[in-house]
Amino acid sequence: MSGNGFAVRAENVTRHYEMGTAVIRAVDDITLAIRTGEFVALLGSSGSGKSTLLNLMAGLDRPNGGAIFANGKNLSEMSPLELARYRSKAVGMVFQSFNLLPRMTLEENVELPLRLAEVDRGERGQRVAEALERVKLDQRMGHKPSEMSGGEQQRAAIARALVNRPTLLFADEPTGNLDSTTGETIMQLLKEIQGHLGMTIVMVTHERPLAEKFADRIVTMADGKLVSDGAAR
Amino acid sequence: MKAGDLAELGLRNLREAVLRSSLTTLGVAVGVASLVAWLSLGVGLQTLATKRLSNSGLFDTVIVTQKRSEQSRRRPPAEVSPAAGARVLDDEAKKELEALPNVIEVYSQVRFPTEVRYDGAPYSTIVAGIPASAKDNGSFDEMQGKFFSGPEVDEAIVQIEFARDLSAQPSSLIGKELVVRYAERQALPASSAPANGDGNGEENGGGFSVVPKEKKLRIVGIVETEPAAGFGGFGSGRLLIPLEVANSLRAAQVNDLRDLVRANSNRNVYPSLTVRAKSPALVAGIEARIKAMGFGTFSLLDAAKSLQTFFTIFDMLLFIFGSLALAVATLGIINTLVMAILERRREIGILKALGAADRDVKQLFFVEASVMGFLGGLLGVGLGWGVGRAVTFGTNLYLKRQSLPPADVFALSWWLVAGAIVLAVVVSLAAGLYPASRAAKLNPVEALRYE
Repeated sequence: MSGNGFAVRAENVTRHYEMGTAVIRAVDDITLAIRTGEFVALLGSSGSGKSTLLNLMAGLDRPNGGAIFANGKNLSEMSPLELARYRSKAVGMVFQSFNLLPRMTLEENVELPLRLAEVDRGERGQRVAEALERVKLDQRMGHKPSEMSGGEQQRAAIARALVNRPTLLFADEPTGNLDSTTGETIMQLLKEIQGHLGMTIVMVTHERPLAEKFADRIVTMADGKLVSDGAAR
Repeated sequence: MKAGDLAELGLRNLREAVLRSSLTTLGVAVGVASLVAWLSLGVGLQTLATKRLSNSGLFDTVIVTQKRSEQSRRRPPAEVSPAAGARVLDDEAKKELEALPNVIEVYSQVRFPTEVRYDGAPYSTIVAGIPASAKDNGSFDEMQGKFFSGPEVDEAIVQIEFARDLSAQPSSLIGKELVVRYAERQALPASSAPANGDGNGEENGGGFSVVPKEKKLRIVGIVETEPAAGFGGFGSGRLLIPLEVANSLRAAQVNDLRDLVRANSNRNVYPSLTVRAKSPALVAGIEARIKAMGFGTFSLLDAAKSLQTFFTIFDMLLFIFGSLALAVATLGIINTLVMAILERRREIGILKALGAADRDVKQLFFVEASVMGFLGGLLGVGLGWGVGRAVTFGTNLYLKRQSLPPADVFALSWWLVAGAIVLAVVVSLAAGLYPASRAAKLNPVEALRYE
């Protein structure tokens, strides 16, 4: 946890890309603090910088300026190995396109973070079963992603994100590839996880109705800057 | 990631691209096979050459003589005149030589001209005494029949040319008997002995008489050449008998008349002694010690060294030639792994997002490279062995047509098998360095965007 009850805190964070002579400021001097156990939705149109900010907070990318604090440590000052450990132990990631490995079964996909975190083999089976039970896929362990619907795949991805028992869950457009009913089911699942496990959830979305219905707080971005920050309802 | 998980994931990745992995592994196998085949051929030829030479008994042997006088340096060892004040090669000297480290045995050469009677016909030849130890040094490995059944048995081994003189079908001689007619030395009593040049009388008689004798021997084997043939003088023996039997015959030898007129003829003086070392590598040290004792020596050590140098260069050239195919296979591994990075870019991104460190990604590629190298190495050794067998088969067919005995020109040793597999793994790991490092450095955000 970050200090003062904050799970993640970004201070004057900047991330820009150089495209030839042009400089694209994907994230431009953003300061944002997310409290522990909070469900925050990052809203904004395409190219507003919300996914870039999410990646920076998840330790997948490094800022050009500013600092991001998580678990009391500045991510920008971490070594690549420390950053990998942070992603492995403290963070769970859910993507728009599920990103399950197609050649692995559901069980193997969910077990993968446990392998990377060097969890003992004896403990893995139970952890995988628990995670799949939470997303109600414990009967589909032997199935491959291609044998599952989009909603099931996303639930499997959520189980994979939870299996290492992280404190932070970052979701990048988790309903983007799903129909509205399935999307709502996924949001319901995230909300349950937040309630039961007390996890901090940061979700990027462009679907304002879903954000308003399930998130505690909505942060809106445009052109790399924060344009609004307030309670969802 | 733990080693077991790395291995599991690496093997899974290889299985998932089974065709490409198999072709790359086959490439490594061909490279290793080429290396193994060439090197085994080199080692085989070297073994064949050294075995033939070693069987000749030339390279583990030092002939010891009294120190030569300047005038006799160019003559064979058995015909030398001792230098003034040189040590005498007597029983005491023989004991000293036997006590030297790494010496297996010391024996005098017994070699005398004789007449052999076989099937009623006389044949002139030279009889040579063979020590019992010759049985174990490989000299008689490829003989027809068998070696002497004991050190003091009345048996003979016939050299093949002489056997052809005796019979049109040499192999039929085995089990047959022949008679050796020779001149036995019989010491004269002291009273009848003439005085020596220095005026001292002899204790045991200063001369000998020669009495014709016969000895019946059973032929037990036929050998291509006498070991150490002609080495030490008097030409090669064509009828070989146990050394103990040869000594017991007390046959008059070429040096007898010369020794008779020498001042020390009252003692048992040897014209030369053969000293056998434990291995050819120890000959140099033994030779130096014997020289320091004040004797003259003769060995074929320099010839052995030249042979070793030749084969070292020969093997090196074969290694370089064989390595070319392995170098091409290395490019195949690099290509396969670079292609794997392109194909698995997104997967690498997912692994990194889930907590894989750069090190984990790198190790995963190393596992894949080393598995391909190991399997390629194993398969390559098998292929190389097959090629070697085929070469040996073809060579022996050719040798048979030329009426020459078969030869094993291919020697695949355990060190070569292990070395080839280790080399294949090391080369594969080296080939995996660049792709692994490139994969590890992938930016996870960019990799996840990759479709």
